[in-house]
Amino acid sequence: MDYGFTTAAYVVAAVLFILSLGGLSSQESAKRAIWYGIVGMALAVFATLVGPGSGLWLLTIILIAAGAVIGWQLANKVQMTQMPELVAAMHSLVGLAAVFIGYNAHIELGNVMSMGAADKAGLEGFAALLAKKSGVEIAILRVELFLGVFIGAVTFTGSVVAYGKLAGKVNSKAEKLPGGHMLNAASAGLSLLTLIWYFNTGGFFPLFLMTLAALFIGYHLIMGIGGADMPVVVSMLNSYSGWAAAAIGFSLGNDLLIVVGALVGSSGAILSYIMCKAMNRSFISVILGGFGGTTGPAMEVEGEQIAIEADGVASALEDADSVIIIPGYGMAVAQAQQNVAELTRRLRAKGKNVRFAIHPVAGRLPGHMNVLLAEAKVPYDIVMEMDEINDDFPETDVAIVIGSNDIVNPAAQEDPNSPIAGMPVLECWKAKQVFVSKRGQGTGYSGIENPLFFKENTRMFYGDAKASLDQLLTMIS
Amino acid sequence: MPGLKNVAVRNYLVAEMIFPESCRNRGTGLKIGAPKETFAGEARVAMTPDSAKQLQKLGYDCAIESGAGEAAGFSNAMYKEAGVEVLKTGAALFKACDIVAKVRQPDATELKRLDKGQTLISFFNPAANDEGMEAAKAKGANVIAMEMVPRISRAQKMDALSSMANIAGYRAVIEAGNNFGRFFTGQITAAGKVPPAKVLVVGAGVAGLAAIGTSTSLGAITLAFDVRPEVAEQVESMGAEFVYLDFEEEQADGASSGGYASVSSPEFREAQLAKFRELAPEVDIVITTALIPNREAPELWTEEMVQAMRPGSVIVDLAAEKGGNCKLTVMDEKIVTDNGVTIVGYTDFPSRMAAQASTLYATNIRHMMTDLTPEKDGQINHDMEDDVIRGATVTFEGEITFPPPPPKVQAIAAQPKVEVKELTPEEKRAEEVAAFKKETRNQVTLIGVGAAFLLAVGLVAPASFMQHFIVFVLSVFIGFQVIWGVAHSLHTPLMAVTNAISSIVILGAMTQIGSGSFLVILLSALAVFMCGINIFGGFMVTRRMLAMFQKS
Repeated sequence: MDYGFTTAAYVVAAVLFILSLGGLSSQESAKRAIWYGIVGMALAVFATLVGPGSGLWLLTIILIAAGAVIGWQLANKVQMTQMPELVAAMHSLVGLAAVFIGYNAHIELGNVMSMGAADKAGLEGFAALLAKKSGVEIAILRVELFLGVFIGAVTFTGSVVAYGKLAGKVNSKAEKLPGGHMLNAASAGLSLLTLIWYFNTGGFFPLFLMTLAALFIGYHLIMGIGGADMPVVVSMLNSYSGWAAAAIGFSLGNDLLIVVGALVGSSGAILSYIMCKAMNRSFISVILGGFGGTTGPAMEVEGEQIAIEADGVASALEDADSVIIIPGYGMAVAQAQQNVAELTRRLRAKGKNVRFAIHPVAGRLPGHMNVLLAEAKVPYDIVMEMDEINDDFPETDVAIVIGSNDIVNPAAQEDPNSPIAGMPVLECWKAKQVFVSKRGQGTGYSGIENPLFFKENTRMFYGDAKASLDQLLTMIS
Repeated sequence: MPGLKNVAVRNYLVAEMIFPESCRNRGTGLKIGAPKETFAGEARVAMTPDSAKQLQKLGYDCAIESGAGEAAGFSNAMYKEAGVEVLKTGAALFKACDIVAKVRQPDATELKRLDKGQTLISFFNPAANDEGMEAAKAKGANVIAMEMVPRISRAQKMDALSSMANIAGYRAVIEAGNNFGRFFTGQITAAGKVPPAKVLVVGAGVAGLAAIGTSTSLGAITLAFDVRPEVAEQVESMGAEFVYLDFEEEQADGASSGGYASVSSPEFREAQLAKFRELAPEVDIVITTALIPNREAPELWTEEMVQAMRPGSVIVDLAAEKGGNCKLTVMDEKIVTDNGVTIVGYTDFPSRMAAQASTLYATNIRHMMTDLTPEKDGQINHDMEDDVIRGATVTFEGEITFPPPPPKVQAIAAQPKVEVKELTPEEKRAEEVAAFKKETRNQVTLIGVGAAFLLAVGLVAPASFMQHFIVFVLSVFIGFQVIWGVAHSLHTPLMAVTNAISSIVILGAMTQIGSGSFLVILLSALAVFMCGINIFGGFMVTRRMLAMFQKS
């Protein structure tokens, strides 16, 4: 089939991808939207297979099928609480693929350029495309593939580190090698130098050197970011993988790659922006790692943490008319979402108004809590965003905080010297009573004391979230 | 005593031998005691067996005058069982105790019994009890007046006024029901239809809210009024209907006067009375709770309103002690007017529920003691720097310390949000124009910079690159537009799906796999393989997630 068909198929695929992302605006249309994405992808792959330039299609199909089996297995096996790790791991694959494709482009370019005019005429596919390029175009091509490899390499190591941190295989604390950001800056500078070098000579060595530098940047950058900032990191890596795809699209002259790369890139960028805004922090300060320096001593926390047993919580819940549950990463860690859902069902059966308040950065991935609650079959129309529900706390009888800490820290509003000052938080302390389910008296991810735990109307319900809820469920029928 | 294994018990016994029971300070802890209330008809007591146990945990020894708890249902035996020493007379108790806890304002005899350094915790009415304060000062006793506990959230647990008002509000409804010849709740029975009672609660303070809650839960239609419009929300949350006046006035915010009502203007009062006149023929039960601190109770329910009410109606005036919200009220008595309206003027509602009231009051006292005993060692640390303790102390070490300075921490009730001034149409228009201009300027600047950049790129880049570049820029633009619309809860599926479609780089690998050397084939094969995992994994996982979202 001819080139026109492939292009037409790409146009359709591009439209389908856009619809697929746009369809995520509501839960109902999202179920349809996913199919747009699948069909778009299938069409694109099919069109490329039958289109010009592809060869060894048998090998290609076998490889895709093999990948499909593994992907299928992964997707079905993964626990919903492990979603952040999975997403991070998959980003690394895209990054690595982009690096390989960039290298291929480089090798091909070298081959084609060393050929005579007669040989060039006999080429087909990507090589034929290369052969037609003029001097300036080849120079631009070098920049493009260089960028593709650079972003791909950063994405690769960055995602691997992020995966390690999320899966608990790497210490999630922010760690830096001695030299800190100077090392990153030096690597970036080195990459820039090699770009000029590569631009002029087209040799393999500068490309390779840059790859090493980029791999290091990806590793070191993400190592320096603490676990609490992981939602931003994951969406940022998502964005990078998109830009890498776009850069590869430029170097291969493939418009569909550019379109999709740009879509994914901008999507990730917006998500990162939303996450940063939710934490009231600039993107730069998240990337550079750690919380900004404070300007004075933190406010003294007065009072004591008062513990309560399950029967106390149960009787308060029996009396309450309205309940708001605030889940956090602790719920994910303890795998307590099913118990939370069961508690919700029982309380709702008694005619109580039970709702969930989700902070934008709760969990380790944008929307992490929503997915967990959905898995446990909590109806999504009682799951509210921070802005929707924050004004309702004063009229709420009981707020239950399950495994979240910094996102309910009143210090953000009350203490201008707090490291999280100004971050929007869920104002659960305005509820008549607050129960905090927590493993112990330790501080949250940011390591700051939480005055919520010391408030008059707060009771600490110590213990593993799942075990505590199990105990509670025996008392609420 | 070698046979005793328990060292603590042995030490106790030794101590008992050296300091007999009658000695004032047994062991290290101070002694706290509650006398029998001397006020006629007062049934409450400032210490219950339960609170005594808690006080003992703070390190105090407890004592009680014989029979002090009898009227509230706590016998001497129950106290003894709780480890409380029972003393025969009030005089003995005052002599033996370092801290005396009482309910009612102490009378002259009790004041005479005070001793230097002794602490008295009681209602004291310091605003109208100069003689009492002088007497306590002369004796050198430290007096903590329970009604002076500041209304800050930290002090709520010792706010005895609130806990007593809560009881008064509840009891007012019960008293009203007792004197009201009908059901509260409407019923349609085989024996005929019963209309629901209509209750009006005037003043939605603690007592008012308690009355509202009791009345609604008994099934009556409940109306409520308060001069502070900000409490309308609380009233409605209790299930009553708030009575609004057709009146525009800047009302003093309740928070500025420590959460209490202040005096209102004559015009406002007129509007309020007019509303009440309108309601009087409809309501069956009126419960008035309007009190302004340190003032005569305002007259809210006039004689003509009483005349307008139906026979059999009931008025419960919780302000009877301060002259009553209704001028017909007779303090401490129940009267029936000529037109058959019962007016209840009791002032001892908490005492009428002595068991409940004593429990709450004793708990308030116990919390006060907890704050006074930070070390839990049975020793009082009368910290005059502490807002709550300072606020409640009226005499300290031979000085009168009333009135207290304003507390450092502001009152609980938050300021209502400052109303945004209504803008005139011209101002609005001007604002819109300004905003529009600003937005236009921003956009034009952005577009200008973007265009200049594109032109600069176009100058050097070849046409083939620019074609792709147009596609790229437009796609970024579409991406930004589309993604803003994505629901917050779907961010994780969004990431999974963008992850899946970013494996579109597979197309690049597929076009390369057919051409070139072994190395190229190997690399592209690997890329195809990885993208394959990603495509299927990404889409599958997204589908799994989306399938879970369901409506209730």
